[in-house]
Amino acid sequence: MNVVIKPRPPLAARVIFAAVLAVLFLYVIPFAIPNYLVSQLATVLVFAIAIIGINLVTGYGGAITLGHAAFVALGSYTTAILVVSYGWNPYATIPVAAGLSWLAGWCLGFPALRLQGLYLAMGTLVLSITVPALLKRFDGFTGGVQGLNVGNPESPVKWLDDSQWIYFVCLAVAAILYFVAARILSGPLRRAMVTARDNHLVAAVLGVDRAPLATATFAMSSLYAGVAGSLYAMIVGFVSPDTFNVMLSLSLFVGAVVGGITSIGGAIVGAMFIQFVPTWASDIDVSLGGLVFGVALIVTLVILPSGIGGLVGRLYDRACVRLGWTEAAQDERDERQTAGSIQNEPA
Amino acid sequence: MSLLSINGLQAGYGPRRVLQGVDLTIGDGQILVVLGANGAGKTTLLRAISGTIPRAGTITFDGKRIDQLSARKVVAAGIAHVPQGRGTFADLTVDENIRLGAYLRNAADAKRNRERWLTFFPRLRERLAQQAGSLSGGEQQMLAITRALMLQPRLLLLDEPSLGLAPIITRGLVDVLAAIRKETAMTMLIVEQNANLALAIADDGMVLESGNVVLRDTAANLVGNDEVRRIYLGYE
Repeated sequence: MNVVIKPRPPLAARVIFAAVLAVLFLYVIPFAIPNYLVSQLATVLVFAIAIIGINLVTGYGGAITLGHAAFVALGSYTTAILVVSYGWNPYATIPVAAGLSWLAGWCLGFPALRLQGLYLAMGTLVLSITVPALLKRFDGFTGGVQGLNVGNPESPVKWLDDSQWIYFVCLAVAAILYFVAARILSGPLRRAMVTARDNHLVAAVLGVDRAPLATATFAMSSLYAGVAGSLYAMIVGFVSPDTFNVMLSLSLFVGAVVGGITSIGGAIVGAMFIQFVPTWASDIDVSLGGLVFGVALIVTLVILPSGIGGLVGRLYDRACVRLGWTEAAQDERDERQTAGSIQNEPA
Repeated sequence: MSLLSINGLQAGYGPRRVLQGVDLTIGDGQILVVLGANGAGKTTLLRAISGTIPRAGTITFDGKRIDQLSARKVVAAGIAHVPQGRGTFADLTVDENIRLGAYLRNAADAKRNRERWLTFFPRLRERLAQQAGSLSGGEQQMLAITRALMLQPRLLLLDEPSLGLAPIITRGLVDVLAAIRKETAMTMLIVEQNANLALAIADDGMVLESGNVVLRDTAANLVGNDEVRRIYLGYE
């Protein structure tokens, strides 16, 4: 049996793959499909950004969060309030939204990550439930139930219409944040995160300090949610409290699981799932939307625990092996001992 | 000159006190084997030294008190701990597992050290790119030890390295430990139920019973001690 960890396609194949992706994202999506779909795909990119945040905190941090919508709301309202009440340029609000949600994530992450597993899920769920109510309560600031009318930013380029323009803005931000996440998840930090997630004792004896790592992960994840929220406000042009309800948190979580909880590339698949599938389902029957979510979650967990991203990764590995595109391929010799040869009992 | 000296060490889990006041010293370059029945406190002793459980008493390592330090600082001071059950990460490759050990060391040294330690474990070199989950039990134990060595420790704590391994694999492992000691003069504290093998490479041994040290002697004397032979070495 071949155990191959490093598939390595030749340069030509990688160039072709990159070119296909570039044509898809830079030409097909913005220019070759109906216009109403372009802004929906911009929303997909925004969801993908938020889902990468969940990949970080749940996939690698090992903490189940159902409060992601609260940080999306923070980002959205930061942008909305700065634009509406203070007349800021909307793009200038993106870094502010990022910074504020990072800070909020850091402050909340500190106590929240002392909670384990189910308790953290409950704690963050409370956050999701509270935020819309808070937004309504402080209506002088947030516009209350009426929401705030941000307006869509106008395209400064005359051959791009507004939805194409915002699509490109989202694409640029998503691409940057994707590469940042990919960078975080390579090298020593990824190893430290996996260690802290999987074995507390080993993490400690290797010198990995779990608490600051977990807090930083939570903060980073919130930053992703906040940036997603900021862009979301620009795409929709309007923010209101009930957009950011518990259902959004759950949707994003389902998207992360369907796409693959540790697969940041799968985030885009999960995002497409939560953007399109419920709508298609409710076209067939109004009550089908929610059901599809639940079924998708269960089916993924049972059949594809590593999600669609994980499946694609495995198929890709296998294809590379088939084509001989590998590095350091090694045969696993059958030298395993039988488990029956245990001579001592565990202490 | 002793590298590690412990006085009146008490430790436990929650309200349950396991170590009742342990005293011990290990000389620089010595191998000390800790024997004891299940529940005697062997694992707890190692955890107390590495700072992964709350403890009281004094622990002096290389002339400095470490009993108040966090686990991270104990590691940084040069104490590597290979916990029971190995704790290798199945999802990471063998290479990634090894590099984890150098988390507190700089990357340039890590590469050179990896080469050095892999000379003791050639099987791992062949398997660097494999996922650790695909290794056999013996290889995983080698991986856990290599990972610990990547810290360049002065003191290596080994908790039941033979657990779940076939006798022949255990023998191979003990031989490698002996070779490492011969070449590097590394100090080791080994908890081991396979006392025969462990005492063969040890300088000293000690027996823990209910959280107390009841016996401490040279390995040769312990092998000759009737009671130790009967209880821990399996002679009738």
